[in-house]
Amino acid sequence: MTLTDGLVAVVKEDCPTCRLVQPVIDQLGAHVVSEDDDAGLELSYRLEVDTVPTLIRVEGGKEQERTVGWSRPQWEAVARVGGLGPSLPESRPGCGSRTLDPGVADELAVRFEGHRLRSRRIELSPLEDEADAMFERGWTDGLPVVAPTEARVLRMLGGTRRPADDVVAVVPPDLAECTVEKVAINAVMAGCQPEYLPVVIAALEAACTDEFNAHGVLATTMPVGPVVIVNGPVRRRIGMNAGVNVLGQGNRANSTIGRALQLVIRNVGGGRPGWVDRAAQGNPGKVGWCFPEDEEGSPFAPFHVWRGFDAAASTVTVFAGEGPRGIVDQLSRDPESLARTFAACLRTVQHPKLALAFDAVLVIGPEHGRVFRESGWSREQLLGRLEELLQLPGDELVRGAGGIAEGLPAGVAGMTIPKFRPGGLLVVHAGGGAGLFSSIIAGWASGPTGSQPVTREVGL
Amino acid sequence: MKVLDPTSERAPAERARTERPARLDGLTIGLLDISKARGDVFLNRIDELLVARGYAVRRFAKPTFTKPAPIDLRHEIATQCDVVIEALAD
Repeated sequence: MTLTDGLVAVVKEDCPTCRLVQPVIDQLGAHVVSEDDDAGLELSYRLEVDTVPTLIRVEGGKEQERTVGWSRPQWEAVARVGGLGPSLPESRPGCGSRTLDPGVADELAVRFEGHRLRSRRIELSPLEDEADAMFERGWTDGLPVVAPTEARVLRMLGGTRRPADDVVAVVPPDLAECTVEKVAINAVMAGCQPEYLPVVIAALEAACTDEFNAHGVLATTMPVGPVVIVNGPVRRRIGMNAGVNVLGQGNRANSTIGRALQLVIRNVGGGRPGWVDRAAQGNPGKVGWCFPEDEEGSPFAPFHVWRGFDAAASTVTVFAGEGPRGIVDQLSRDPESLARTFAACLRTVQHPKLALAFDAVLVIGPEHGRVFRESGWSREQLLGRLEELLQLPGDELVRGAGGIAEGLPAGVAGMTIPKFRPGGLLVVHAGGGAGLFSSIIAGWASGPTGSQPVTREVGL
Repeated sequence: MKVLDPTSERAPAERARTERPARLDGLTIGLLDISKARGDVFLNRIDELLVARGYAVRRFAKPTFTKPAPIDLRHEIATQCDVVIEALAD
């Protein structure tokens, strides 16, 4: 935007301070931009004026300095003229710019920024209920979605510094390029606030990697979906819940970030249940599942630090997981006993006779975490002990052993087989302060031929 | 209300029509009279022609042409018929 050199005064009619300073504006011969006409309102919007009057000095076509409201010394400084408004009071506060009036801000954003949005506009019929119309177009997961109007999508895009047309990822199964704008549209539909958008973007980037293998996670007949674990300062910045009912409902960020990711996979990627999504049973977390680690209350270093990131970084980790299942141990007060409980429960991941095929996340609740804190156990110590405890006798695993046909091939008889591949067990800390419980989130086919957990830093 | 398309835009924006059957053999055909004047004349003739060809026909009528069909009626048609012919006459 090029401006004419000189002084520019942005005013509106119903502002008493604007009327008060009118003689000064006349004296300075400033170019008057009135928010009461359309052209003036547009200019005020583009100048990002939030208070009137605003006095701006322009040199070489560029803004050099501005002041808002009326303050004689400040006006004299910006105008570089002394003795302004001798009969006026020393100062008066300004009024809010019309560009920020309720309803007007959104309308102006659509009018002046709407062209940035490249997506196809779809006019819903006045006879259609908007929620029904979006169900019928196949855009939802079965729950209602928020209508992605231009105003809402523009507001959502305000949550990131990335340009709307930046490609975030190529989304399976259709391998469709997904722009920041498409993520924003689906984030609006999921119910996200703009400040969640960078987390959704990072989760999508993480999910659409060869390592995570979102196509396989979607297409498998097993009941898994992307579980998003959030670490770092962003958790608090966007008000996530790492405490009571952390794996459940009730917090907007927890509930909508994972849903936005799943809506992108559905709408942009084309991944729908019964089509490429072939889950025999699925799990309720496939609507969308996201939770933060309780780092502050954790006996261990933050999970993302263990994953190789700086403690000050904000990250998302995607894990191909099924629904959580609880571990009850209300009696163990020493870490060895509790580790044994964890090991006994972890052995049953997918099947007590299957090993090395599935990863798992162990979500340690605070009251269990306390046992490790009080005895000074680190995450590494716990993982090391669990690895020892989860060395399984091949004789118990072979097909037919225990009268169960399922199991590993006869060749493992006489061998010792670890339950998890190296690095296949992840430990995080989260939950409410009361209850001696933890949870296991069991995984899908692990490793390079299945899905590997992927951590990505959350950008701006 | 105007919304932004959340999809990859590989499919047309209009809702896809239900696929039309290649033949009517063995299908139940609903005839929906929207209750506009003389629609019944047209539908009676269609009814005759279809029955003469051996097709199963069921008749339905909206209470008034000025409003969308009541949900019960839509449900009735959807559960009882494979295809429906709606007459718009005047």
